[in-house]
Amino acid sequence: MPLIRNFPFFCIMLSMMCGISSAMLPGKIARKLTVVLAAVVACLNTTVLVHLMKAGESYHFLMGHFPAPWGNEIRIGPLEALLCTMFSIVLMLSALGGMYRLKRQVDPKKENIVCVMLDLVLAGTLSMLYTNDLFTGYVFIEIMTLASCALIMCRQNGRTMVSAMRYMIMSLLGSGMTLMAIMLTYTLTGHLLIENIHEAVAALYASGDYRTPLTVTIGLFFVGLGIKSALFPFHTWLADAYGYSTPAASAVLSSIVSKAYILLLLKIFVRMIGMDVVRGLHLNDLFFAFGVIAMVMGSLSAMHSHDLRRMVAYSSVAQIGYIYAGMGMGIEAGLVAAIYHMMIHSAAKSSLFISSSELADASTGSKRFSDLRGAGKRSPLAGVCFTVSAMSLVGVPVLGGFISKLIFSEAAFEYGGIHMWVMLLALAVSTVLNVLYLMKTVITLYRPARDGFECVVEKPDTAGICAMVGFVVLNVLLGVLAQPVLTVIRNGLQLFV
Amino acid sequence: MKKSDSLWRRLRALDEVSWENPLDAQLTAAATDEPDSELRRRAPLDFAMAEARHEEMREALYTEEQLQVNNLHLWVGRQGKKWLQIAYRITALLFCAVIITFLMTTVVQLPPFGAVENPTNNEVAQRYLEKGLKETGAVNMVAGMILDYRAFDTFGESTVLFVAACSVLLLLKLGEHSPDAPSPAMLEAEWDDRHHEPKNDAILQMAARILVPVILLFGMYVVLAGHLGPGGGFSGGAVMGAGLILYLNAFGFEKTGRFFTYKTFRWVTFIALMTYALLKSYSFFCGANHLESGIPLGTPGAILSSGLILPLNICVGMIVMCTMYAFYTLFRKGGM
Repeated sequence: MPLIRNFPFFCIMLSMMCGISSAMLPGKIARKLTVVLAAVVACLNTTVLVHLMKAGESYHFLMGHFPAPWGNEIRIGPLEALLCTMFSIVLMLSALGGMYRLKRQVDPKKENIVCVMLDLVLAGTLSMLYTNDLFTGYVFIEIMTLASCALIMCRQNGRTMVSAMRYMIMSLLGSGMTLMAIMLTYTLTGHLLIENIHEAVAALYASGDYRTPLTVTIGLFFVGLGIKSALFPFHTWLADAYGYSTPAASAVLSSIVSKAYILLLLKIFVRMIGMDVVRGLHLNDLFFAFGVIAMVMGSLSAMHSHDLRRMVAYSSVAQIGYIYAGMGMGIEAGLVAAIYHMMIHSAAKSSLFISSSELADASTGSKRFSDLRGAGKRSPLAGVCFTVSAMSLVGVPVLGGFISKLIFSEAAFEYGGIHMWVMLLALAVSTVLNVLYLMKTVITLYRPARDGFECVVEKPDTAGICAMVGFVVLNVLLGVLAQPVLTVIRNGLQLFV
Repeated sequence: MKKSDSLWRRLRALDEVSWENPLDAQLTAAATDEPDSELRRRAPLDFAMAEARHEEMREALYTEEQLQVNNLHLWVGRQGKKWLQIAYRITALLFCAVIITFLMTTVVQLPPFGAVENPTNNEVAQRYLEKGLKETGAVNMVAGMILDYRAFDTFGESTVLFVAACSVLLLLKLGEHSPDAPSPAMLEAEWDDRHHEPKNDAILQMAARILVPVILLFGMYVVLAGHLGPGGGFSGGAVMGAGLILYLNAFGFEKTGRFFTYKTFRWVTFIALMTYALLKSYSFFCGANHLESGIPLGTPGAILSSGLILPLNICVGMIVMCTMYAFYTLFRKGGM
C-alpha cells in the first residue's frame, strides 16, 4: 500500500494525540498546536484527495490485523477527503480568529483544555467521516457531544452554563436515540459494518419481514441525529448555545460539529440503508418536509432576534433546512446540492460568527443592532468579512450561495411533481427572508453611528486579521471554483454509494 | 368558555371599527399634508369639527380597547395559562404514549432473544469464538475482542473518559491566584469540606485500613489477569478508583496528597493514553500495510501472553481509576 493511503489514519491518530498532549501543555503552546494540527490535517487530506481523484477509486483501510466484519476499518473516498480538507481549514481559521477572545474569556489555566476539545472535535469529525463501522461512529458521537458541551461552557458565565446544560440534555437525548437505533440495526441484521448491513437490509426489505422495526430504526436514526444537528423542531438548544459561547466555539459548533452529524446521517441513509429502501418506505419525504419547514421557520426566527449573534445562530436553522431538503429529494442532484451547501454554509457561518464578535467589540461589546450602527467603518476588515459571507448566504452571484441555490432549483426541476413546486416556493421565500435580515444587518453596519455613540476600537490582532482574510478568500474561492468542487462531489458521491 | 368567546368577538368587532373608519384615512391624509392643504383651505370649519369628532371617537375607542386588552391580559394570566398548561401536558402525554406504542411494537416484533437462527448468530461471532484464542492469544474472549479485534473503538472509549474528566476539570477546578496563595473560592471550598465531611472517624478509618489494601490488590489482579479470566481495564480500574475514594474519605486530602496529587493525575492519564495511542498506532500501521508486527502472542493462559492486550489493559485501568478519583475530588472541593 503506498504511504499516501495511510494519511487519513495518520490524521485521526495525530489529532487524538495532539488532544491528549494539549492537556499537559501551557495554553499558549496548545493554541498554536491546534492551528498547526488543523493545517497539517488539511494538507494531508488534500494530498489524499488529489491521489484519489487521479486513481478514481475509494479504498478500505484496516485498523489492525483483522479484516472488516471482525476488526475495525475505515473507508476513504474523494468525497470524505474533500470534506475533511474543508472542515480542517474552517477549524484552523476559526481557531485563529477566536484566539484573541479565547485569551480574554477563558481562565488562562484552562485554555489548554479548550484546545483539547478543539483537537478532539477535529479527531471526531475525521473519524465520523471516514468510519465504515456503525459503532465507531457512535463512539465518536460521544466524544463530540462531550467536547461540544465543554466548548459551550468554557466561557463561564450564567448564560453559557444554562445553555450548555440544555445542549447536554437535548444532545444526550439524540445520542440515546441513535444508540437505540444502532442496537435495533444490530439485532435485525447481526452486523455493525456498513456494507454488510446494507446487504442484510436490502434482503429484509425485499422479503418484507420486520417492516415495522426497520421503519422505526430509520426513524430513530433520523430523529436522533436530527436533534444533534439542530433540525427545525429540535433546534431549541441552538440559539443560546451558539449565541453566548466564545466565538471560536460557536464557529466550530455551527460549521463543523452539526455538519459531521448530518454527514453521518447521510452515510447511514445512502450507504447503509440505501436510498431505494428509504424511497420505498417514503421516509425521504419526511426529510424533505422537515427541511422545507426549517428553511422558512429558521429565517423567521432570525428576523425576530434583536441580537446579532443570535440572529446568525438562527440563520443556521434555515441553512440546515436547505441541506435536509436537498437530501430529502433522494436523487443524486439533490445530494450534490446538499453537500455543496454544507461546504458553503460551513465557510460562511464560521466567518459570520468570527466577524460578528469582532464587530461587537468595535461597538463597546454590545450585540444590539442600534449600537452596531457604523461598526463596519470602525472595524473595516470585519465589516468586509461579514458582508461577503452574508452575501454568500443570500446568494449573490460569484459567491457560493448563488451556485448552491441554482443547483437546488435544478435538482427540484429534475425531481418534478409537487416536490418541485414546494422546493421552488420555499427557496424563493427563504431567499427573500435571508435578504431581509442579512442585508438589513449589512446596511446597519454601514449607517452613521447613533448620536453621542463613542467607542474606542482596538486594533485587531494578527491572528484575527489572518483568519478574516482567510475567510473572505475561502468564501470567494468556493464560489469561483464551484465547477471543480462540484465535479469532485459528483465523482465522490458515485464512489460513496 | 362563553365569556372568552364573547370577548374575542368584541375584540374583533373593535378591530373592524378602528381599521375601517373612512374618516380616519381622510384625516391622516390631511394631517400629513402641508398646513395649507387643499382640504384645509376649502373647508376650515368642517375640518376643525371633523377633527374634534374624530378625537372624541378615538378617545372612546382607545379606552374601550384598553379595557378589553386588560381583560384579555387578565384572562390569559389566569384561565389561559391554566388551559395552556393542561393542553401542553395532554399533548406531551399523548406524544409519549404514541412513542411508547411504537417502540413496544418494535420490540415485540424483534427476533426472539437467544434463538439459534437469529441474525446475530453469524460468521462474526463464530470467528471470535472459534479462532479468537489462536489469533489474539487471550483466554478471555471479551478482552480479545475489545482490545485486539476492535481496539480502535476501545481507544475511542478511553478518550471519552479523558474528555469527560477534562470537561469536569474545566467546569469545577478552582484555580490559585499565585503558586502559593489559594484563591477565595478555594478557601471557601476547603472550609466547606472541613465543615461537612467526617474527620477522623475511628470506625471508618479502621475499616479502611483493612479494606483499602485488599481492594487495591484485587483491582490490580482484575486488571492484570484481564486476558486470562473475567475482568480487564474497565472493571479493575473502577475497583481501584473506589479503593482510593474510600481511603480519601477515611484519612482526608492530606494523606492522599502524599502519593496522589493533581500532578499525578495529569501525568498518569497522559502517559496511559499516549502509550495506548502509540502502541496501537504501531499495530494498526503494521496491520493495514500487511507487515509483521513482531509482537509475540506467547502461550495462552500464561500471565505474559496475548501480545498487546496486557499493557493496554493496564493503560485502560489507569485511565479509569484516575477519572473516577478525579470526578470524586472535583465534585467534592474542586481540586485534589
